[in-house]
Amino acid sequence: MKLENVLAVKGSRIETCALTDTVRDVIAHLKAANVGALVVVDGGRPVGIISERDIARAVDGESNVPSLPVQSLMTREVVFGAPGDDVAAVLDTMTANHFRHLPVVLDGELVGIVTTGDLVRAELDTLRGHVVTLEDQVMAGGGE
Amino acid sequence: MSGAPNPLRVAIIGAGPAAFYAADHILKQSSSAEVDMFDRLPTPFGLVRHGVAPDHQKIKSVVKGFAAVATSPRFRFYGNVEFGRDVDLAGLARHYHQVLFATGAQTDRRMNIPGEDLAGSYPATEFVAWYNGHPAYRDEAFDLQTPAAVVVGVGNVAIDVARMLSLEEHELAATDMARHAVAALARSQVRDVYVLGRRGPAQAAFTTPELKELSELPNVDLVIDPAEAALDALSAAELERANDPVLRRKVELIQSLATRPPAGRPRRLHLRFLVSPEALIDDGHGRVAAVRLARNELVGSETGSLSAKPTGATETIAAGIVFRSVGYRGVPLPGVPFDTRWGVVANVAGRVCSPETHELVPGLYTAGWIKRGPSGVIGTNKADAVETVHAMLADAEAGLTLDPAQPTAAAADEYVRRCCARPVSFADWQRLDALEVEAGARAGCPRVKFASVASMLAALAGEGGPAGN
Repeated sequence: MKLENVLAVKGSRIETCALTDTVRDVIAHLKAANVGALVVVDGGRPVGIISERDIARAVDGESNVPSLPVQSLMTREVVFGAPGDDVAAVLDTMTANHFRHLPVVLDGELVGIVTTGDLVRAELDTLRGHVVTLEDQVMAGGGE
Repeated sequence: MSGAPNPLRVAIIGAGPAAFYAADHILKQSSSAEVDMFDRLPTPFGLVRHGVAPDHQKIKSVVKGFAAVATSPRFRFYGNVEFGRDVDLAGLARHYHQVLFATGAQTDRRMNIPGEDLAGSYPATEFVAWYNGHPAYRDEAFDLQTPAAVVVGVGNVAIDVARMLSLEEHELAATDMARHAVAALARSQVRDVYVLGRRGPAQAAFTTPELKELSELPNVDLVIDPAEAALDALSAAELERANDPVLRRKVELIQSLATRPPAGRPRRLHLRFLVSPEALIDDGHGRVAAVRLARNELVGSETGSLSAKPTGATETIAAGIVFRSVGYRGVPLPGVPFDTRWGVVANVAGRVCSPETHELVPGLYTAGWIKRGPSGVIGTNKADAVETVHAMLADAEAGLTLDPAQPTAAAADEYVRRCCARPVSFADWQRLDALEVEAGARAGCPRVKFASVASMLAALAGEGGPAGN
């Protein structure tokens, strides 16, 4: 299974924000869209990602976080995926490196974003599909 | 408007696994809903009949469950009725509250290399449809008078095609392969089949049982180059990290088969890794004469996924026929929003929507490969279809349906018969099925398939059986 299979289910919708948006804007956006991260774009180009985790970390000991601009606390070293990437390998990497959101890029264009939850679901659906297939065969008493 | 229409009338377009799993769930979850299922072919079951390999009868046993769905008095099958040709969305919207599209992924991806359109170069799915007796491919002529064939891809379709090209006539004749294909393959001169994997053994999509089956073909030497079966450092690390016993067993089997000396059998199946077709070479008369391959190495991306990169080295394999099996794609349906990027009907959890605004289109739904793209196995369609049916029943409960002027079974039947000269019912199909199985018993195989719509309709009119069509 590849990331493109996950995106065919999920679609290409990506929630984005600008470098100069405030954390307050971001929180409102995360809440309205019911997502955990926004891709930060500058001139149409993805330049970073800001997640609930980035905000939670910044809040520790800081009181003016909501009015800070996105660029002050976004993650700049973003890992991007490609539609042909293998789900299992990507999931291993995301789990090992503790990141939960992966923007997917095709020929320089953002074409979607997947989360560890999406990938776990995809893997689970595949495994359940195998179980159903085998059970159906057993129930049908399929012989050679 | 509120409350579910009673009875809720549902049209399902397509009759493959996703369509039947959806019908089953609708009929079980609602005690009054009525389901009419349409297929452009007179025969139901989609890829189970026309995709699953003819020597894999056990996989086809799933149709017993589908046939049980069809016994419901609230279910009707309309075969030989094509959406977009015979019936259309406007017509269906007059008689149904909901329309569910489960038409599958009907076309192949292209390789996008020079020579791809030369004579002798085919999508693997056309070959599969031909040997499985799909009426639309009955008259395809695959020129098998060549000593070598190339199959591009290492998924289950590629492996099926390679196996069908490698079996002897008596082995093919014992399956439910279309008789025209058995005859053509019996005359085949192909003795060497090359199966090409772009990446290495650890990334191959085929399963261990599929590989084991290839290794046990009595007249075929399975040839694997030990150098190509060896794992590079990145794949070895991936295998270590994934700690997946299924993957490990597959890699071990590939490596063990690579050390097996050839037994001098009459046919050879060459399983190649780390090679990509770069061009198909013209014989000077517009036909494929050879395939130029780029040798690859694996490179890691920052996501941990390994991809193939040409090393610069090339080689050429002489082959007169090439089948590409590098993925499927859905085909847009008239009047139904389509997501061209991913090749699926645009949808949110089965509810059809605009691909741009994601605004839902009331009354339209989708399931199976045309909903999620070509992934998973037959059983994957069950949960997929159930998700869609949950949405359908919730929407019906909320009164969010089409608003048909004549939502009755009688009016729908009249509409279908006005649009199509000879719709084929499930009872008709059962007669065809019985004739096929009877002919199979005489021929010593599971069934002899009708391979043309005309021969099916003639048989239903009491004229002739499946043999000789």
